[in-house]
Amino acid sequence: MKGGFPQAARASLADSQLRRNLGHATSTIRAKRARVVGEVDDWEALREAGAQIKERALRHLDVHLERLEETVTRAGGTVHWARDGAEACAVVAEVARAHGSEEVIKVKSLASDEIDLNERLAAAGVRAVETDLAELIIQLGEGDSQSHILVPAIHRNRAEIAAIFRRELGVEVSDEPSELTAAARAYLREKFLSVKVGFSGANFAIAETGHVVVVESEGNGRMCTTLPEVLVSVVGIEKILPRWEDLGVMLQLLPRSSTAERMNPYTSIWSGVSDGDGPREFHLVLLDAGRTDVLADEVGRAALRCIRCSACLNVCPVYERTGGHAYESIYPGPIGAILTPQLRGLDQAPTLPWASSLCGACYEVCPVKIDIPSILVHLRGRVVRETKAEGLSERAAMGAMARVFSSRRTYEAAQRMAKLGRGPLASAALRPWTRSRELPQPPSQTFREWWREHRA
Amino acid sequence: MRASLFITCLADTLFPQTGRATVAVLERMGVEVDFPVEQTCCGQMHANTGYGHEVVGLVARFVRVFGEAEVVVTPSGSCAAMVREGYERLAMEAGDETLAAEVRELAPRVFELSELLVRRLGVEDVGASFHHRVTYHPTCHSLRLLGVGDAPLALLRAVRGIDLVELPEAEQCCGFGGTFAVKNADTSTAMLTDKLRRILDTRADVCTAADSSCLMHIGGGLARSRAGVRVMHLAEILASEDG
Repeated sequence: MKGGFPQAARASLADSQLRRNLGHATSTIRAKRARVVGEVDDWEALREAGAQIKERALRHLDVHLERLEETVTRAGGTVHWARDGAEACAVVAEVARAHGSEEVIKVKSLASDEIDLNERLAAAGVRAVETDLAELIIQLGEGDSQSHILVPAIHRNRAEIAAIFRRELGVEVSDEPSELTAAARAYLREKFLSVKVGFSGANFAIAETGHVVVVESEGNGRMCTTLPEVLVSVVGIEKILPRWEDLGVMLQLLPRSSTAERMNPYTSIWSGVSDGDGPREFHLVLLDAGRTDVLADEVGRAALRCIRCSACLNVCPVYERTGGHAYESIYPGPIGAILTPQLRGLDQAPTLPWASSLCGACYEVCPVKIDIPSILVHLRGRVVRETKAEGLSERAAMGAMARVFSSRRTYEAAQRMAKLGRGPLASAALRPWTRSRELPQPPSQTFREWWREHRA
Repeated sequence: MRASLFITCLADTLFPQTGRATVAVLERMGVEVDFPVEQTCCGQMHANTGYGHEVVGLVARFVRVFGEAEVVVTPSGSCAAMVREGYERLAMEAGDETLAAEVRELAPRVFELSELLVRRLGVEDVGASFHHRVTYHPTCHSLRLLGVGDAPLALLRAVRGIDLVELPEAEQCCGFGGTFAVKNADTSTAMLTDKLRRILDTRADVCTAADSSCLMHIGGGLARSRAGVRVMHLAEILASEDG
């Protein structure tokens, strides 16, 4: 985190291939999203309903969670409570050990990446196999990591992917998408049919009925949640929906906002275990990992409404240029800028709330109406007041400016000094500005001087 | 109508021609303009940089200076949005319910210039003429916080002699973002460069907008690259009578 976002962004901005890949990918999906959202007459009403459902869930989270434990247990599942990532990963490792498996096949899961599940399992002697195509590309790519919530390998183009497959899978493939997917399919099919332990996160968990829901596009999720002997799902506590009927709203909002599809290809829904069908054992791990702390912030907690659609990333002019790695978190983009500092603690990611020009494009597209710009401003205030991350010189400059504006006399005096290139108003002449932009020359007469001369 | 001009600290200090143009356009439309000299700054830079607690006094000052106004008009979408969308929260965060109530009472009378002309006065043709090729950048806060929609474009379309050309990806931020431009100077510059490329592609002589701050950013980039394209505030084009 040393230099934080500004420093990490500098490296990304200089990568011309990355800029090209991202510019192409985000503008394509932006246009597609706008088209499919435009087809829905009551989109604004749906957004409002989505926001209210999540607010209701969060307001009585304790009640809904206990209900979920009860309904999942009744359906034959086992519920575990994990305070942090280490506790959650220990449950997964223990399940693999109990079933004598050295491998776990995984559905794409942000929660698992947030808690470093793959690394922690490896330390326990268990190998996690990613089965989502993009996650597989990341896993095979040396030293690579995810840069987008939904399209984790968005920073790669197909030529780069073909090179990774040739090197890591030892197959001869061109950069034709059909050849690339066929190579991945051949590799994964054997895993689906042989590995005894499946792992997933969840898009939603329904308190009323005990259903867990995974929404995906490739069918790998269906394989991982149905073929193995045992299934473990690690689910953040904010993923809860109070009622079954809430799912109807979410399944309309999510695909259009994320992949820009009217409906996603695969939706897997299960509760507990069923005789002769699917895994014989189901473990649900409810993960806190900082979420209860986020709930304590009345403004910031709206971030927990997020359904991980990534629409805010695709419209963000900052993300489009820096890509996801600059955010140094599994949650990049505007939602990451408000989620990461809250989950990890403000002093662990103090530059992220400033990684935005506050243009408001994110709020406009958010399917659950998270007012990201307002939360960014709120978190900036908290960083200034609660941490020492912002330096003394900035605090002094801000204090001086506030005093300048506090009276007409001090303000007009500062204007006179600015004409001479001095004083608090002229200190806007900072080097970071003039590196790439000219500063305007102060005019010989301010507006108020003109007004006094000609009008007053 | 009598309108009190909220000039903004930026236009007052650095872009007085924008203020003079605003006065000229309003007076041409028969609006009586006054300028309360006790005004200073709306406090947006502080609030958006995490120093909102330092500028609650500026909220109170604004209410004191403009509280009696019939309408308040400003040539800045961003500063209008600060008052209309940001002031109440600042007052509430400071625990000052009286101030919050005063803000709620005043806020609906605060207008950005194009809003006042098109939505409140119902005019689109303000009698301007401007014989140049112009492209319009909709600033983020005027678009997404105030919702001015196409009011500025409606005004520009009615200008005689203007060659108005559409700016591709117009609604993308120019990368200014207040202190974002210095705290994240590299990212800000990358955003600006893409904006400049699109402006240059239009072959316009002039890029216009409803905010001096965004124009200072775009103009600063154009000037640095000696592009031969200048920025002008919307008010200056509307005030123009070049025959």
